[in-house]
Amino acid sequence: MAAFFSPFISKPDSVAQIMLKVLLALLPGIAMYVWYFGPAILVSLTLASITALATEAAMLKLRNRPVAPFLKDNSALLTGWLLALSIPPLAPWWLVVVGTAFCIAVAKHLYGGLGNNPFNPAMIGYAVLIISFPVQMTHWLTPHGLGTTELTFADQLAYIFSSTLPEGVKLDAITMATPLDNLKTHLHLDEHVSDILNMPIYGRLAGQGSEMVAWGFLLGGAYLLASRIISWHIPAVYLGTLFAIAGVFHLVDPAHYVTPLFHWFSGAAMIGAFFILTDPITSPTTHKGKLVFAAGAGLLTYLIRVYGGFPDGMAFATLLMNICVPLIDTYTQPPVFGKKDGVSGNKEKH
Amino acid sequence: MTYQEFKDIFYNGLWKQNTGVVQLLGLCPILAVSSSVVNGVSLGIATAVVMALSGAAIAPIRNVVPNEARIPVFILIIAVLVTVVQYAMNAYMYTLYVVLGIFIPLIVTNCIVLARIEAFASKQPPLQSATDGFAMGLGLTAVLAILGGVRELFGHGTLLSGIDMVFGATAKSWVITVVPGYHGFLLAILPPGAFVTLGLLIALKNWINLRAEQKKSQRSIAILPATAG
Repeated sequence: MAAFFSPFISKPDSVAQIMLKVLLALLPGIAMYVWYFGPAILVSLTLASITALATEAAMLKLRNRPVAPFLKDNSALLTGWLLALSIPPLAPWWLVVVGTAFCIAVAKHLYGGLGNNPFNPAMIGYAVLIISFPVQMTHWLTPHGLGTTELTFADQLAYIFSSTLPEGVKLDAITMATPLDNLKTHLHLDEHVSDILNMPIYGRLAGQGSEMVAWGFLLGGAYLLASRIISWHIPAVYLGTLFAIAGVFHLVDPAHYVTPLFHWFSGAAMIGAFFILTDPITSPTTHKGKLVFAAGAGLLTYLIRVYGGFPDGMAFATLLMNICVPLIDTYTQPPVFGKKDGVSGNKEKH
Repeated sequence: MTYQEFKDIFYNGLWKQNTGVVQLLGLCPILAVSSSVVNGVSLGIATAVVMALSGAAIAPIRNVVPNEARIPVFILIIAVLVTVVQYAMNAYMYTLYVVLGIFIPLIVTNCIVLARIEAFASKQPPLQSATDGFAMGLGLTAVLAILGGVRELFGHGTLLSGIDMVFGATAKSWVITVVPGYHGFLLAILPPGAFVTLGLLIALKNWINLRAEQKKSQRSIAILPATAG
């Protein structure tokens, strides 16, 4: 008896499969990272992966949950990777470990585990680290060909694990401020955008090297869109809003405001648009809600980047919009058939 | 006042109705001054003293004060007592007084003080009221001590820093450096760290209660077959 009947519905991907695809989609960006900044990022990714899995296992054990099935869902791994990609690759090993452990233990499991966390765990980890260790969080690697000296992989390992540099090498020679940070500093000195962008650390669109990493994430994001893991709403509206605001400012005063493309290809805008804001747990469920959420995040990213004290606005914009998700979800619920009002249906009575 | 009454009041203040982790009243000073053990305990003791004195002062007049005017009258009495404590600290522990700053006069508006007056002292005799105020204040002090200890340890790697503000310069050597050469974890010192730590403390308290209940029910289950058989 092998008769099959309609409807023929394909089985949806499991959480583990979706997470695996997202991890795969990060690979082009990581490849670009290794190409332009050296293999240090692979060390922090490994550290983050180990810590994420260990913390996940420990927390599941403490909460009396089955360890193996949850460990295999790859979600902890994704959190660890996203955090490792948002902090400097040359950061000391304990920075990655503390940040990842905080992400998983506090931001994920104390809120009830996968599916219950109101905030993006990786961004909570980033916020904790940048607030607690501002110095270590600003030592970004100089891309190949720009620094006066370059570290071998062994030197990078030595620095990550014991904070020692080869003799005669100063930390300043191998690290630099991010392009966004550098831009902000020089704008404060009353320099013009066109002069600042002539500095060697800038490439075609944004920072040398880092713009290529952003292209890598854009490519991975395109794969996520094509395989329907994410919908177009959040990335399109987020990048659109960022482009529109930056465009208006740039058109009005090009001497003091960089092009919208600069904003797209620097900092965490690309990885944020496709990998962080689109987290299904911490973003609104309705399409209309996603539009509001992404537009708010775009606006906040721009404001924090241009007027704020932090080098990038992506993480805080995400967290601030995460808080608004329940509210957005309440007011963007599509009306139930037969009722006029989507929110409560009570208005008819009045 | 019977011994049982006395015990109940202290059990309520220190554990069952703890102001810091159960009633969650007066969170503003709890979160603001608990960045170190010394700061936390100092404000905790100051609050405990005010609460004990105000309990003792208000309970005798509880039947005389007209119900409509009770809040301003109580606040006025509390304010007088806080002023006394404030001037005493200004005179004898000046550095600590400067560190705690606005949070000493703000004890007046700390809702935990008025809450205990309303809930307890306006209905009970003076001795019980004073004991209740003191026990509640002690419970608050304990929470502030733990909170301050955890935040100081994670934030700076020390314990009892600033103890010289209370006991004079000779006490400087009492400061315990738990982790020498510590990097410092700024989050623990900043206000978000206070929220996170307090949340963890509340969770710990609930967990202990839960465990105690589970053990109790297990014991009664274990006893049942014996009695039934």
